[in-house]
Amino acid sequence: MSRLKLFLPLLLFVVLALLLMRGLQLDPREMPSALIDKPLPQFQLRQLGTDKIVQRDDVIGKVTLFNVWATWCVSCRMEHPYLQKLADQGIPIVGINYKDETFAAMKWLRNLGNPYRLNLEDLEGTLGLDMGVFGAPETYLVDAQGIIRYRHVGEINDRVWFGLLSPVYQDLISKSGTP
Amino acid sequence: MRAALLRGTCLVVALYLLAVSASYAVIETYQFSNTELEQRYKVLSAQLRCPKCQNQNIADSNAPIAQDLRKLLYKQLEGGSSDEEVLEYMVLRYGEFVRYKPRYSGPTMILWLMPGILLLGALVILLVVLKGNRRKQQSISSEEQEQLDALFSATASDSKDTPPGENTL
Repeated sequence: MSRLKLFLPLLLFVVLALLLMRGLQLDPREMPSALIDKPLPQFQLRQLGTDKIVQRDDVIGKVTLFNVWATWCVSCRMEHPYLQKLADQGIPIVGINYKDETFAAMKWLRNLGNPYRLNLEDLEGTLGLDMGVFGAPETYLVDAQGIIRYRHVGEINDRVWFGLLSPVYQDLISKSGTP
Repeated sequence: MRAALLRGTCLVVALYLLAVSASYAVIETYQFSNTELEQRYKVLSAQLRCPKCQNQNIADSNAPIAQDLRKLLYKQLEGGSSDEEVLEYMVLRYGEFVRYKPRYSGPTMILWLMPGILLLGALVILLVVLKGNRRKQQSISSEEQEQLDALFSATASDSKDTPPGENTL
């Protein structure tokens, strides 16, 4: 028994090391959104490039990706071609142009292509605030009833799409019954 | 005379530099309608955690989101919201994470209770160890005590024959 006691510090060390190792692999930015399983907040924002005011009811009804982006955001530029690829597959994406300049955003879409069904002009970041956005890019998966089901912080790429978003998206599609 | 002038100039320059550095340190200032609001603003902005730069509160951070949250905090306080309402608003959007001082309920209970539990645990271990030690001290039987006494008396008589300092046992 007293022999075994000698191994206690080693055991403690191993447990601590394992916990710390796990900590290294975790991304502290990946926080659960407070809005998961809550409805998309109400808003009234101008559609980018038009004078039309868009409301919440105008953008729900289908399983949709809501992508928060801005021209000042470098990762958004990296992400852009991937969003285009998803859009080409028929996945509806609504853009939230977050605290950006209208002119710069329009130029961005003209030059790089427009993967978005429509873009909401969130100049003051008010919708962003209501959604708990704290940077760009962020992407929210919203179901056909307008309930937020998933939030991804950071760029979307093959790994993120196939590993995280696509399974949830397919699940939501099969639940809602409409493509 | 010249030395005094030089000293004076140096003092003025030093004071100016101090003032300049202080004005750079301030991120932005809000005019509050009364000092009570300003006090609550200070307390709340120190208690709210910046979601982007996770180890800072919003009072210390100059991240854009922290600026937004400070502005919002200012507006809400001026609008007459209570501290609880402000915190509730923030938690609804950014989760319990945003509070540096989590509320006393649900999963955060463990954070509040853990220090007490650890202290109690440490006390229990201490008591067990102390008790064990005492038992060891008392665990000499009367038979052993007799043996010990015999040994002591033997050394006492032996010590007359042996030179001092030599250990006969």
